[in-house]
Amino acid sequence: MTIFTKMSRVIAVLALGLFAMIAQPQASQAQDIINPTAESVTEDALMEALNGDAQVQGRVSIPDDLSSGLIKPANRGWADTHGGPVRTVNLIAVVGMIVLLVAFYAIRGKIRIDSGPSSERIQRFSATERFAHWLMAVSFIVLALTGLNLVFGRAVILPVFGEDAFGTLSAWGKIAHNYMGFAFMLGLILSFVYWIAHNIPDKVDMHWLSKGGGLFVKGVHPPAKKFNAGQKGIFWSVTLGGAALSFTGVMLLFPELAGGEAGWQLYQVIHGVVAAILTAIVIAHIYIGSVGMEGAYDAMGSGEVDLNWAKEHHSLWVEEVQGKSSDGTDDGSARPGTQPAE
Amino acid sequence: MARMKFLCDADRCIECNACVTACKNEHEVPWGINRRRVVTINDGLPGERSVSMACMHCTDAPCAAVCPVDCFYTTEDAVVLHSKDTCIGCGYCFYACPFGAPQYPRVGNFGTRGKMDKCTYCAGGPEADMTEAEYVKYGSNRLAEGKLPLCAEMCSTKSLLAGDGDIIADIYRERVVTRGYGSGAWGWRSAYGETVSV
Repeated sequence: MTIFTKMSRVIAVLALGLFAMIAQPQASQAQDIINPTAESVTEDALMEALNGDAQVQGRVSIPDDLSSGLIKPANRGWADTHGGPVRTVNLIAVVGMIVLLVAFYAIRGKIRIDSGPSSERIQRFSATERFAHWLMAVSFIVLALTGLNLVFGRAVILPVFGEDAFGTLSAWGKIAHNYMGFAFMLGLILSFVYWIAHNIPDKVDMHWLSKGGGLFVKGVHPPAKKFNAGQKGIFWSVTLGGAALSFTGVMLLFPELAGGEAGWQLYQVIHGVVAAILTAIVIAHIYIGSVGMEGAYDAMGSGEVDLNWAKEHHSLWVEEVQGKSSDGTDDGSARPGTQPAE
Repeated sequence: MARMKFLCDADRCIECNACVTACKNEHEVPWGINRRRVVTINDGLPGERSVSMACMHCTDAPCAAVCPVDCFYTTEDAVVLHSKDTCIGCGYCFYACPFGAPQYPRVGNFGTRGKMDKCTYCAGGPEADMTEAEYVKYGSNRLAEGKLPLCAEMCSTKSLLAGDGDIIADIYRERVVTRGYGSGAWGWRSAYGETVSV
């Protein structure tokens, strides 16, 4: 053994003894004082602090803020709502309305023109009005069908068409739904501008409503202006419901605007429920504008309606239009003639 | 059949992110998609804990409940998988998931998210097991090879446990009893409606 190895052994022993002197009292202290989990975060504590609607938030090293939420228990709440009550509301609204209309048709039948068709026709809607209507109508029907597909497709269409066809259909449906929404919004704005002046509720509407619109009794035709109370109801349903659907729809399309996941989920539920109600209303509107009433479709079809139909359903409007034209001028130039220059 | 679950023992996780890396490598997950991630709670504070989180393969999976095209299915091992052929990328599953598991190749407006991707518990998808078609869409199918998910298998501290729920719960329970503490089975209540009682 060299002197160096001896020395290094001595040093090692000394060092060990020194370490033991320092460490021993600390080790015995540590057992008394340090509890490695005293301040440890527990899942239970975090979940209790959540109050139901937030998420257990942390930090992630990947550059994606969305992934920093660890547990979001509230998401199950939305899933239950969407898969439960929203589906039920849609089912009741759409199927319920169809059942009601079938029953109405069975009892009341097609509403005929009581005095029979006349040889005369009068202009009811201009080409621009009809454009606004059909822009909205076509887009709404596409939106409603593709929207209902998202709610009922997996229960109704999937078993019939199979996974592949249903997947393709739904993928195209989603694209159609996302883009047709803007066509609907344009139609909504146009129809609002064209028809708002004719849709302010007034006393005539109260009378019309008290007579049930003449819908339930043959031969009863309460007077109405260009739009009766029922049509005003459609107008305001479509305007307000459409506005709600447009706003929530844009929020769903642009999730960053929706204010987090909770905001998106809220808009999604509103979108689904309002859509169900508006779809039911529009189904009734389509019924009465087509198979439900003789002569009604022409208003939006050719734009010209049978004079007897107009007299029965919109008596005040006919008086107004014919009054203008019998002032000595024809339809087009009547308006400026009735307005004094000063 | 086993009821497969994940359990992250947060008191052992050292936030090395190897599970994240292993997952990305094993399945050749595209850039920007993280099937697994490590979230650190109370970062920098005393008692911080890191938790490795991915799809927990829930009981009564909420993603499956909201999916408009019903593309989710649960295997015999209780693993929640989905079909990318049927998926329309609507994003509903992301908003339904309590764990932020569903990932999309694109985060865009107008629903341009692309087909959803998530943790498959290393069990592939609806395609035939261990085929090229399955690998391209869902990554490798270790379960079909008789192996457990790679993230848990290679976890250096054995923090992340994968396997039959009862067995991993027993392992965790034993650990907690032995060492005298445990911060809980993270996510179990949201995923399985129960927790590991010690």
